[in-house]
Amino acid sequence: MAERALDPWAVQASGLGRRYGRRWALADVSLSVRLGSRLLVTGRNGSGKSTLLRVLATAARADRGTARVAGYDIREGRAEVRRRIALLSHHSFLYEALSARENLAVAAGFLDHGAGARVPGLLGTVGLAERADDPVSSFSAGMRKRLALARALLQPAEVYLLDEPYGELDPPGFRLLEAALDELKAKGATVLLASHLLERGRERCDEAIVLEEGRLAWSGPAAELREGGAAP
Amino acid sequence: MSPLAAALRKDLLLQWRTRAQVVAVFAFGASALLLFSFAVGPNAGVLREHAAGFLWLGLLLSSTLTLAESFHAEAEHRALEGLLLLPASARSLYYAKALANALALAALGAGLVPVMVVLYDAATPRIPALLGIILLGSAGLSAPGTLYAAMTSQARARQTLLPLLLFPLVVPVLLAAVKATGLLIQGDPMGQVRSWTLLLVCFDVIHWSLCGLLFERVVED
Repeated sequence: MAERALDPWAVQASGLGRRYGRRWALADVSLSVRLGSRLLVTGRNGSGKSTLLRVLATAARADRGTARVAGYDIREGRAEVRRRIALLSHHSFLYEALSARENLAVAAGFLDHGAGARVPGLLGTVGLAERADDPVSSFSAGMRKRLALARALLQPAEVYLLDEPYGELDPPGFRLLEAALDELKAKGATVLLASHLLERGRERCDEAIVLEEGRLAWSGPAAELREGGAAP
Repeated sequence: MSPLAAALRKDLLLQWRTRAQVVAVFAFGASALLLFSFAVGPNAGVLREHAAGFLWLGLLLSSTLTLAESFHAEAEHRALEGLLLLPASARSLYYAKALANALALAALGAGLVPVMVVLYDAATPRIPALLGIILLGSAGLSAPGTLYAAMTSQARARQTLLPLLLFPLVVPVLLAAVKATGLLIQGDPMGQVRSWTLLLVCFDVIHWSLCGLLFERVVED
């Protein structure tokens, strides 16, 4: 069984790298995220934000370096990491043919016994209660994003990895997302939030990192991050 | 709910929601049986003699559509990856999918039997035994077929790759199922059905065990 490192860090990565073909999408990234804090991950398109979150979530293999998430090594403790993280990905992880309620019920079937009971409440939280029995194939992109968010929130995780959570959401969607982020903070969960929206990121996050061509270009307090994603 | 039960519930629900596809696959299989009868000609004896082979070829051809479709929904928005991250065990996901596919193929095979009887005049009084052979044969197609469908679901040429990988591997299933079905239709004075059935069972046990172990390596990055 994988060993859990008891320390104040929710995420610790050292020299993390991930290659697609001959190109390194992520190269030599090291970072530490304190338990219960919120980290903004920003950078231009293709800078490696999604790859970093996918590697930390164990959805993609790290070709180089090491990382511990929620105290477990992402290679040796993959199953333990997965029990403690929730990933909101570019891919919605949804089944088109199933309804919103059925999609959440499918996920709940693999989680703890109380997960099924949380489904109706979560559908209400993301504003989909009235469309709960409609198939996902009839949903707009924003509604799919709301449902994907509900799916991520269904998991009682210690670390939430949210990749472009504001994407495709309308202003009421922004508000519900930010309410959800506040709730996660109140619960003491750690959040890594990849986004281009620096203003919102600065407001909601404690720390920030900027990635450029897969490398860590800047890290520091989120409040010190300049507009445009460039390092100060 | 156990992970296997949760995964099986999901797969059966998906099959129910995409049942129009099942009708299309059945129509494809029935068309194949019809075309075989045209290819052989009006000789009733020859048709009856080869009825079992035509039934299993029709089911084999149709199975590639069913198997490929079963992973279309999983690959579309990377739903399978989402389940693995929950975390759902890869083995549970495999066995649920393989079981759902085996049931779908068995239902398809059972549905093609009346078509075979009408087209080739190839009836048998041993209906339960025939359904048993169809179930075992479907399980033999489903075990490696589900694994290969997962392997090829992200490939560009998946429609070609799946039969290319699957067909050579399931030759023993095809051989045993055709022989056993043929004996049930034409009579089995030497009691050979039992040995062909045993071969089917052995194939099923080996492939259901092996493919369940290999599935995790196929679906994990």
